[in-house]
Parts: sequence; structure tokens; C-alpha cells
Amino acid sequence: MTRFTRLIVAAFVTSASCAALAGPELLNVSYDVMRDFYKDLNPAFVKAYRAKMGEDVVVQQSHGGSGKQARAVIDGLEADVITMNMPPDIDALYDKAKLVPENWAARLPNDSLPFTSLQVLIVRKGNPKQIKDWSDLIKPDVQVVMPNPKVTGNGRYSYLAAWGYALKQPGGSEQKAREFVAAILKNVPVLDSGGRAATTTFMQRGIGDVLLTFENEAEMIAREFGHGGFEVIYPSLSVRAEPPVTLVDKVVDKKGTRKQAEEYLKFLWTPAAQEIAAQNYLRPQDPTVARKYASQFPAVKLFTVEEVFGGWRKAQKTHFDDGGSFDQVYARK
Amino acid sequence: MAELTNPVPDAALRLPMQRVDHPSAPSRAGMMQFKQASVLPGFNLALGYTVVYLSLIVLLPLSALVLKTTSLSWSAFWQVVTADQVMAAYRLTFGASLLAAVINLFAGLLVAWVLVRYEFVGKRLIDALVDLPFALPTAVAGIALTTLYAPNGLIGEWLVPLGIQVAFKPLGIVVALTFIGLPFVVRTVQPVLQDLEAELEEAAACLGASRWQTFRKVIFPATVPALLTGFTLAFARAVGEYGSVIFIAGNIPFESEIVPLLIIGKLEQYDYAGATAIATVMLVISFGLIFLINLIQWWHTRRHGMRK
Repeated sequence: MTRFTRLIVAAFVTSASCAALAGPELLNVSYDVMRDFYKDLNPAFVKAYRAKMGEDVVVQQSHGGSGKQARAVIDGLEADVITMNMPPDIDALYDKAKLVPENWAARLPNDSLPFTSLQVLIVRKGNPKQIKDWSDLIKPDVQVVMPNPKVTGNGRYSYLAAWGYALKQPGGSEQKAREFVAAILKNVPVLDSGGRAATTTFMQRGIGDVLLTFENEAEMIAREFGHGGFEVIYPSLSVRAEPPVTLVDKVVDKKGTRKQAEEYLKFLWTPAAQEIAAQNYLRPQDPTVARKYASQFPAVKLFTVEEVFGGWRKAQKTHFDDGGSFDQVYARK
Repeated sequence: MAELTNPVPDAALRLPMQRVDHPSAPSRAGMMQFKQASVLPGFNLALGYTVVYLSLIVLLPLSALVLKTTSLSWSAFWQVVTADQVMAAYRLTFGASLLAAVINLFAGLLVAWVLVRYEFVGKRLIDALVDLPFALPTAVAGIALTTLYAPNGLIGEWLVPLGIQVAFKPLGIVVALTFIGLPFVVRTVQPVLQDLEAELEEAAACLGASRWQTFRKVIFPATVPALLTGFTLAFARAVGEYGSVIFIAGNIPFESEIVPLLIIGKLEQYDYAGATAIATVMLVISFGLIFLINLIQWWHTRRHGMRK
């Protein structure tokens, strides 16, 4: 018993002294598909930070569904920085717990978006159903796989992309967009609960003719399954995916890590970090890096949620909250 | 668990014997008292501990759930929990759970029977396999089942040409819930069958009972309480299951959307009150059903003269 107690005390002392040696610790609460990006980025940051400030810093990662992660932070998970896949998940930090100021997005360049992505169509090799654009998704013999817009940011982006496309066609109207999106949803046999789950359904289960997802997810598919099985189709018009980052004021002030957190976020805009983003198929904001990687990012006409839907709050309420346009599509059946 | 006094109803075997209480059973009057004189010490301490523990582990989180719901007005609550989409999800979740529990009731009894009554090579291995659904992370179970039953899966590719689609349909949900519920029935029935002495069956046979009569009048009544317990556990587990179902269900509203997914959907809108409202309804229905099954069990035990 005494030996056991001693062992435990020793373990505590060792871990405590390790933590003391390692210097301040940052927790980055992020979403699922960012795992690979931050795995590459964090070591680069630690090195750059040591060179600049002469101090060691440890970055811990937490990954999960975007909304679920945001709720964990609201409920008290002590995240120094939060990196989500859409702005509403950070707005919620202000709405529910005042953890960040209301104008958090204005604190960093590019509305706090260090990189962007967009929704693309992924089809089977050779494109047997000749899918070229959103309008091909309503053909009766086409099966569409996408994550559930009620529970995933990825699904919401695809839904809004299709809606915006229909709206911007000649003679487009709210009513036409509603009918267009309803016609696509009629071709959806599975609404997966996550972006990665939808990829699995499409690639491994062989369900569907087309998968709707982020451009950077296409690269993940290639890494996992090789380039042989699918093609990426860039539609004529798509929505800009906006994954924002911010520091959580209440947490950094309590932990005394504001300086480190600020450095961490600023680092995302340095050319080194922008290159890592580009290598993970996230479209960089830095023009020089963007030019360097231009060949892997075809130019696509994009609209933003702000432009077409009047902002995320409005889009969420009109389309995805209970009774919104998504629910109405299914309720009318 | 239950000890038999006279499991063979008299009329069936035409015996003039009347039911007698077990000689060592405490008298009825004694049973009615709150606290029974016992040779074991520490009743107050043990009861106090039980109450505190149950309150901390079970009642406290549940009351927090109900408390959160009270931020809704009564009419708003009613609107949330009776919306068409929610009603469809209740029907699916409770229907699939009941169906899966019924399948497990029969399959589980059979598995337990084979494991107790027969000797064969690899019996220990099969016995251990039964617990696998307990141990496996539910998401792994869901993904494995989906891989098997998807149209391009090992089983799915045979079923789909026959017009039977399992994965991404309500049928897939039943398959997943059957998988996770099996051990509950097997593990509750197994010890009871083990305790059932073979002499009882031999006696029944000697007294002229057919094999079917022996099963129906001797074995079955003895296992009913355990079967009901296993059924209840399997059902309760199935109602709350998320991890395994979410991969094999298509998650299409009104068709293959389970209640737990609706709760997640509410949370995605940061609608905590709405989420807890649905959860509270689930809790009340589940508690009602479990309570009902317990009542049946109690009634059965009394009727068949078994000592709890």
C-alpha cells in the first residue's frame, strides 16, 4: 500500500515537473477533418514560437463534430483557441456564454478565415452519369450522397450551394430554389451524421453516383483510396466554405495564455502556415502562396453565405432550424 | 435467482398436492414489514449508502435533464415533443427496439439453452462470443454491420437482388439493435437454466408429461422472470442506442431517423431545452414500459409461487 502510494505521488510529481518544464500549454479545440492539418501545423508553430519568443509552448488538440466541440467549450472545456468549420459555431460562444466578444471575426485578417474551401461534386471514375453541375443532381436516375444538413456544417454548405446555384440561374427565385433543393434531396438515399461518414458511404459502400463535400475532403479521399476511383467535378458556381478561428477570451485571460494564443493564430497567416494549408488542399489567403499552388486550385465562381443569404444567422434560421426549409422538404412528403 | 418450490402446476400432472410455501421462506407477515429482522448486520448503513449512491449516479443527472426542460412553457414543450417528425422517430425507435428485443427473447433463450444443456467442442469460445457485443465499441459494431449489409457487402449483395435492403433502411436499425441486445437475454437466462435441476424434468417425464409439456409447464415458467429481465434490459439498451445505429440507418426524416439523432439535431441549433424535452419524453415512456414489465414479472412470480 505504501509503495503504491509512493508510486502515485512520484507519478504526480514527475508529470507536474514535466508540465512546468514544457512551459505554457494551449488547447486548440477543432473539428474532425482538421486533424491532419493541425498535426502538420503545430510542430511548425512550436518551432517558430521558440525562435521568436525564446519560450517553449505545447499545443494540445481536440477534434470532434464542429457543433459538438463548440458546445463543449460553452459548457466549460478550456479551449484557448477554437477553430471551427463555420462561423455560427463561434457566434454561439458569444450568444450562449459571452466567451468571445460579438465582433470576434473582425479581430484577425480576412474575417478570421486563414484559409477557405468550397463545395465540390465527387463522381465515380469516368463520370458514368455525366454529372457536370448542380443541375444534373435532380435527374431521376442520379443518387446523391451528402451529410445531414441538420447536424453537420458540411451538409449545410452543400445545401446552401445548391440553393444559391438555383437562385442565380436565369429566372431563378426563392420558390424555384426550394423546388430545386427538394428535387436533389429526393435523390439522397442516406443522410450521414458526419462528413467523413458520407465519404465512407460513397467510397466504401458504393452507394450513390455523386458525393457532395468540401474540396479538401477530396484530397483526403485520394490519400486514403488513391486517385483511381473517383473524379472531382467543379460546378459552375459554388459556395465559399469559411472555417473561422478565434481565441477564447475568457479562457486565455483566466489561464494567462493570451500572448501565446495570439501568436498561434497570427502564425496561421504566415507564409509557412499558408503553405501547410495549401498542402492540405485548403485554399490559402496569402496571394504568393496561392499563386504557387494555383494549379491544384481551379478557379471557380464562388458566392458567400453573406452575399446570398444575408449572413449565417439568417441562413441557419431560414433553412436549418426546426421548421426551416430543410424540414419543410420532408414534411411535405 | 429464483428458487423453485412447486413449478409444476398441479392440474397438469393430476397430482392431488396443494401448493405449499417453502419451509424456510419467511412468513407473509414478516415480508410486509419494512425492515425484517436479519442475521446480517449493517442494514441502515447499507440502505443509506444505496440511496445516496443511486441519487448521485442516477437521480441527479435525470433531474438536471427535467429541470432544463422546465425552461419551456407547457405549450412549447407539447409542440416540440409531438411534432410530426418527432412522432415518426418515436415510432421508429420504440418499434425497432421492441422488435429487436422480441427477436433476442427467442434467440437468446435458444443460445442460453444450447450453452447450458449441451457439451460440444468450442463451447467456451462460443460462450465468450456472446459477450462481444458488450465489449465492442458501438460505432465499430455499426460500421461492421453496415459493411456486411451494404448493397456491395458480403451479405448485402445477396439480399439486394431479392429486393431486401437492410443497410440505410429501418431493417438495418433492427439488425443493429438485435446485435447489441443479444447478451442481455443470454446472460440473464443462462444462470437460471443452470440452476434448473435435470431431476425436475426427469420427474415430470416419470409423471407422464410429454417433452412439450415439460418445457411448457416446468422449464418455461422457471425462466420467465429471467427472460423478462433480459428482454427489458435489451429493450432499454436499444432505445438509447446511438453509436451503432447511426451508421446503418439512412437518417432520412420520417423514414429512418431515430430519436437520438433528432436530439443531436436540436443540440446543433443550440436548442438545449428542445433536446431535453424530447429526452424527457423518451425517459418517461421507457420508464413506463420498464415498470410495466417489472409488474408483469412480479405478478408472474407471485402466481407461480416463486420466492424472490
